[in-house]
Amino acid sequence: MVAFTGTTVGRKYLMGVSGLIWAGFVFVHMCGNMLILISPQAYNAYGHAIVSNKPLLIASELILIFALATHIVSAIALTRQNRSAKGIAPVRAPNGAKSTGLASRTMAAQGALVLVFIISHLVVFKFGNYYETTVDGVVMRDLSKVIFEVFQSCQPVAWYAFCLVLLGFHLSHGFGSIFQSLGMLHPAYQPKIRIASLVYGFVVSVGFLSQPIYVFLSQS
Amino acid sequence: MSAKTIDLTLKVWRQKGQNSEGSFKEYPAKGVSVHASFLEMLDQVNEALISQGQDPIAFDHDCREGICGSCGFMISGNAHGPIKSTTVCQLHMRNFENGEVLTLEPWRATAFPVIKDLMVDRSAFDRIITAGGYISVNTGNAPDGNCLPIPKPDADEAFASAACIGCGACVASCKNASAALFTSAKISHLALLPQGQIEKEKRTIKMVEKMDSEGFGACTSTGACEASCPKDISLTNIARMNREFLKAALCEKPEHHHGEG
Repeated sequence: MVAFTGTTVGRKYLMGVSGLIWAGFVFVHMCGNMLILISPQAYNAYGHAIVSNKPLLIASELILIFALATHIVSAIALTRQNRSAKGIAPVRAPNGAKSTGLASRTMAAQGALVLVFIISHLVVFKFGNYYETTVDGVVMRDLSKVIFEVFQSCQPVAWYAFCLVLLGFHLSHGFGSIFQSLGMLHPAYQPKIRIASLVYGFVVSVGFLSQPIYVFLSQS
Repeated sequence: MSAKTIDLTLKVWRQKGQNSEGSFKEYPAKGVSVHASFLEMLDQVNEALISQGQDPIAFDHDCREGICGSCGFMISGNAHGPIKSTTVCQLHMRNFENGEVLTLEPWRATAFPVIKDLMVDRSAFDRIITAGGYISVNTGNAPDGNCLPIPKPDADEAFASAACIGCGACVASCKNASAALFTSAKISHLALLPQGQIEKEKRTIKMVEKMDSEGFGACTSTGACEASCPKDISLTNIARMNREFLKAALCEKPEHHHGEG
């Protein structure tokens, strides 16, 4: 297996599997966060349910950290290999009838920005201000208060809007490419995968975006 | 035939040899017939250069019928120029506007070193083929039709993959200089046919490993290769290579067994 993961094809498998894990997580995360649109209590109770299930929480976090590390290490190795393979770049990228999507050509740069976003997101929320509240007699973290605190001014909302569009962009190419990397592309469903990938990226991006925008508008 | 002609400006990559520095030089191409092929237009430019005592622009070509895979260079960012499913020898000047400025440069890839000007050394492709792109079973004389049952869709798909002429446009158009489309087409056309089954695992592993060791990059699914392929080789070949590679990595039997002489 060492030889397998040392090849370009093997590394793409690692990118694909780790990407799929994160694609699944991001979707569930977006859906769960929609509770903030219902009520701060519902959102807090949801967050509390997650953190109270320690074994599941730790297992999920370990899988996500391991997948992210695999994704980053493989991406760095592949990007270095790709740059040295190209040497001098042509004066222009393919254009006209032979042009390709911007998302697919800039995955490495998008990935680096998404990583900065993930770190800043964890610092602000997971490891951010800690308030307590009581829902139905249970004392829990008032995470919704942090959210309302952060998204009361324009700048954080704008930063999140930028990052979430970027994330959607990254996923719109990445999600479909997973099938190619894992050897699952077939003429019968290739066009459907392309569309599903674009829809997925759009839904995740717009879904997440609705949350800070709602919080900002409800306070202004 | 109409006598319509156009005038162009060519910015051509000139490089004396593999170890020399290259740079773009500008040449006028005046009174080019719109019925001329791109290579015929370059022939005219070269004739003018030769008559002026200058070094003509070197470019690869052979059949000039779009079937041999010898020709090819970048025309303003596109491998084989702006028209799909075409080699540069079959690209006609009617596809260009009067007064256009075209940038001509060789295939850009570390694995394809420049020999001179627009000519590159594509022997890395030959080495990928020699690593495993063959069958070593004796197939005998041409068999009777249908004595080897092959479903028509499989035969068609194998044929579509075998249409690859190895021109290198896939590598040149790829921002990663990946040879995934070429290698996967070669793996596919044998993997789809019964004669190719015997050495399938070994072939896939050896060809993928050779593709990497020759210094080609990885596939990022941009689709640039498929878009610029003169033979319309499909991206699904790459998916097939990937799954064949996984199967081979999991199932390959060791080459030498204990007790063998």
